[in-house]
Amino acid sequence: MFDQIDLTKLIFGRLTWEAIPYHEPILIATFAAVVLGGIALLGALTYFRLWGYLWREWFTSIDHKKIGIMYIILALVMLLRGFADAIMMRIQQAWAFGDSAGYLPPDHYDQIFTAHGVIMIFFVAMPLVTGIMNYVVPLQIGARDVAFPFLNNFSFWMTTSGAVLVMVSLFIGEFAKTGWLAYPPLAGIDKSPGVGVDYYIWALQIAGVGTLLSGVNLLVTIVKMRAPGMTMMKMPVFTWTALCTNVLIVAAFPVLTAVLAMLTLDRYLGTNFFTEDLGGNAMMYINLIWIWGHPEVYILILPAFGVFSEIVSTYSGKRLFGYASMVYATVVITVLSYLVWLHHFFTMGSGASVNSFFGITTMIISIPTGAKVFNWLFTMYRGRIRFDVPMLWTVGFMVTFVIGGMTGVLLAVPPADFVLHNSLFLIAHFHNVIIGGVLFGMLAAITYWFPKAFGFKLDPFWGKVSFWFWLTGFYFAFMPLYVLGLMGVTRRMSQFDDPSLQIWFQVAAFGAVLIAIGIAAFLIQLVVSFMRRESLRDETGDPWDGRTLEWSTSSPPPAYNFAFTPRVHDLDAWWQMKQHGYKRPESGFLPIHMPKNTGAGIILAGISTVLGFALIWHMWLLAGVSFLGLLVVAIGHTFNYNRDYHIPVEEVVRVEAERTRVLANHG
Amino acid sequence: MRGTLDYLQYSAMPILKLVRGMSLAAAVALLAGCDAVVMSPSGDVAAQQRDLIVWATVLMLLVIVPVIILTLLFAWRYRSSNKEATYKPDWDHSTVLELVIWGVPLLIIIALGAMTYVSTHKLDPYRPLDRIAPGKPVPEDMEPLVVEVVSLDWKWLFFYPEQGIATVNELAAPVDRPIRFKITSSSTMNSFFIPALAGQIYAMAGMETKLHGVINEEGVYDGFSANYSGAGFSHMRFKFHGLSEAGFDEWVAKVAAEGGTLDRDVYRELEKPSEREPVHYYAEVDPTLYDAILNLCVEPGTMCMKDMMMFGHGGHHGGHGGDKADKAEGHGGHGDHAAGHEQHQ
Repeated sequence: MFDQIDLTKLIFGRLTWEAIPYHEPILIATFAAVVLGGIALLGALTYFRLWGYLWREWFTSIDHKKIGIMYIILALVMLLRGFADAIMMRIQQAWAFGDSAGYLPPDHYDQIFTAHGVIMIFFVAMPLVTGIMNYVVPLQIGARDVAFPFLNNFSFWMTTSGAVLVMVSLFIGEFAKTGWLAYPPLAGIDKSPGVGVDYYIWALQIAGVGTLLSGVNLLVTIVKMRAPGMTMMKMPVFTWTALCTNVLIVAAFPVLTAVLAMLTLDRYLGTNFFTEDLGGNAMMYINLIWIWGHPEVYILILPAFGVFSEIVSTYSGKRLFGYASMVYATVVITVLSYLVWLHHFFTMGSGASVNSFFGITTMIISIPTGAKVFNWLFTMYRGRIRFDVPMLWTVGFMVTFVIGGMTGVLLAVPPADFVLHNSLFLIAHFHNVIIGGVLFGMLAAITYWFPKAFGFKLDPFWGKVSFWFWLTGFYFAFMPLYVLGLMGVTRRMSQFDDPSLQIWFQVAAFGAVLIAIGIAAFLIQLVVSFMRRESLRDETGDPWDGRTLEWSTSSPPPAYNFAFTPRVHDLDAWWQMKQHGYKRPESGFLPIHMPKNTGAGIILAGISTVLGFALIWHMWLLAGVSFLGLLVVAIGHTFNYNRDYHIPVEEVVRVEAERTRVLANHG
Repeated sequence: MRGTLDYLQYSAMPILKLVRGMSLAAAVALLAGCDAVVMSPSGDVAAQQRDLIVWATVLMLLVIVPVIILTLLFAWRYRSSNKEATYKPDWDHSTVLELVIWGVPLLIIIALGAMTYVSTHKLDPYRPLDRIAPGKPVPEDMEPLVVEVVSLDWKWLFFYPEQGIATVNELAAPVDRPIRFKITSSSTMNSFFIPALAGQIYAMAGMETKLHGVINEEGVYDGFSANYSGAGFSHMRFKFHGLSEAGFDEWVAKVAAEGGTLDRDVYRELEKPSEREPVHYYAEVDPTLYDAILNLCVEPGTMCMKDMMMFGHGGHHGGHGGDKADKAEGHGGHGDHAAGHEQHQ
């Protein structure tokens, strides 16, 4: 074997010119657009001399606020990619009937639905949730940063590295054609010999490092860094949900890492964990991946619940109804979310006793979830509700989410699942809860906390346009899928025979167009708000008459968040401070100890991307070199003792005096 | 506090009426949905699954509908421009309300949980049928029709061991006679699903799952794979013919007359991935073939999984070696065991 080492193979592995999909006109057009857009962007950055600024102030920043914003930018960029996949699928399914094969051959279509699922969960929903938690949690608990600021930067760049690999697969090679969870034996080396599944594996493994470390980071932050006086039962509800979500992340993501590692061994080294013979069993993969996969659903939805709790209380001008029961409901959901995973495969042949156990545990989750909905409802009761855009999202969520909850409980009844499993009814259900719950929640959160992050509110007109198009678009796009599911239509089909189905798919495609307008309106909203930022300016730092500590600082907050660590006496700490005539301290400042920016995170993640790419293409030489590079940089970073500095007291005095002046002007 | 209760009492009556009205309307609409095969199936098992869907939905609408109505009602009534509405900024607790909002979902889930437990056992796909239609138990002397199902890339192979025939992408059964499917796969994972007949169950290589069903009306129904399995998946469909007793005999005779031979060589050719495979009939079928597919030993010279398991256990169960892997009936040997395991109970 070693007597004739092929140098080309050693360097380029499986990569040949064949891997460039120049025979696919859709991909070539996309590629051209991305290249032109990319060149324009890079050119603009160079022209306006922004590289140094970006590097110093953003890429190497360990400020949780900037990292939170970068997570959200990543999520919005990937949302565009994931949504482009969605609309391509809707067009194909509305088109490919009878003799018409549509415009996407199965080879391409199968990559699209896989990429759509992977991107939307791992690179849109997760970064949105992590980004909002990153931004808000330290401010809500009165901390100056997270517990491990460098780790935070590193986590973000590892997530981005995973996203980059998924994007690279579009133009070099292919993506997995297996569905978003890559079940073997289809994802095994026999059935999927190409690089698609390897892109999937390494993108998720690298991003998974980021997610896990960010989970550890936020968990420690919440446990250890709360302001004095903020006992567990005085934590804002959003912080509670963030705590539970990060507990879930820390406990669940290692399972994903392990199961993907075993699939990797099967594919790279010929082990037999999930093969058909030699003692392997694909059912174990399905079992393990859902032990991660079900908690993952709650990882996404719990922070959204927290967001709605904050919003409904703020805009109703009222204390949250049933805080304690809200907290207990969150904790109960956290625990129960580990006891339900088997409901994803009732149809795999477990016995009736096993199936009914998991069916009933699943239903039990609807009790605390129901309690939460009622708590929001009774927070609105006898309130003074202001219908700013975040509140619109909240009401839209409450109405939409309960429908998704209902169909979810229906799917938890095993005999019903036997006819609905894998059908478009299921697809409608989980989009109903992920769009109606997670996405509405994150869009509400962005609108709610935007003035805190940037110092001006988002333009309400375009926000409302976006909301109404998203809401109606959602119903048009997914109610037909419920119907189609009841008509016995299964998921992941690229062509259909029965012409009576077509009208439903066309309605769904129309819904997708409405959602596209909703997304466009959101982007327009960002631009319009930036143009009109002077008239939308928030000088108080508290534009919504808020209740929690993040509204006590300026908008945007200074790098150190709080000049003095606040003392907490009540659940709605800031509300209570306002009620009791809180006076901002204007003297007695001290230098503030802060962590220093570092480029280690982005460099490590960059090398990881190269390592991932090399492993995907079997470029063993490059893989070895980049792995070595990873070790050297990581160890080198541990010798960097120049990690912190003090913001001098003059600087603190200057910033705080400026804030005093602005507040006085405001009146 | 008092006001809240008054309010709830006041609003409860019309809401209950509305719920009853809406759930009835919804149920009727769903049942009448002419194209929705899941809502109007032709087999007794699927019909019971449909009933369960309807009842579970109605039960849940008891909470869902009031919640939606109250959300919109509160949103409207307590809008900030309505200065007439009561405003109580510090009201955040009511023990009675807490009991109601935890208690009502709890009661509904208890009811639904009981329904789930009973129906999951009753409609367990592994459980042989005890009735062929409501009020019509299976006659004592009636044996189920056995069909052995193999999912191939990307078509379906059906063995009829009693009739000694086999077909590709066409399935038939007499009405009102229970059918017992034994299901496996040649490689990728699929899900065997005929919505008009009964729920689905996965088809997995090296393993056997089971499904029981009965078709009550003559007709031609759609069957397909409900689990994505690769490029040819969209066309992995077949027609299921529900036939009269005589019609089924005719169909068997037709297959026997027109069919060719299905031995291991033919199978190895058939097993190769293909799309939109036309219907094939086989009259001369190797009787050991299904067992060989299940145990992954169609290729000459490969050791069957069940023998491999024997091998590992010193062969003292050897006496069972020739048995079919499906000896375990009902709950004893569910599909989460490799075929060979079932020998070792």
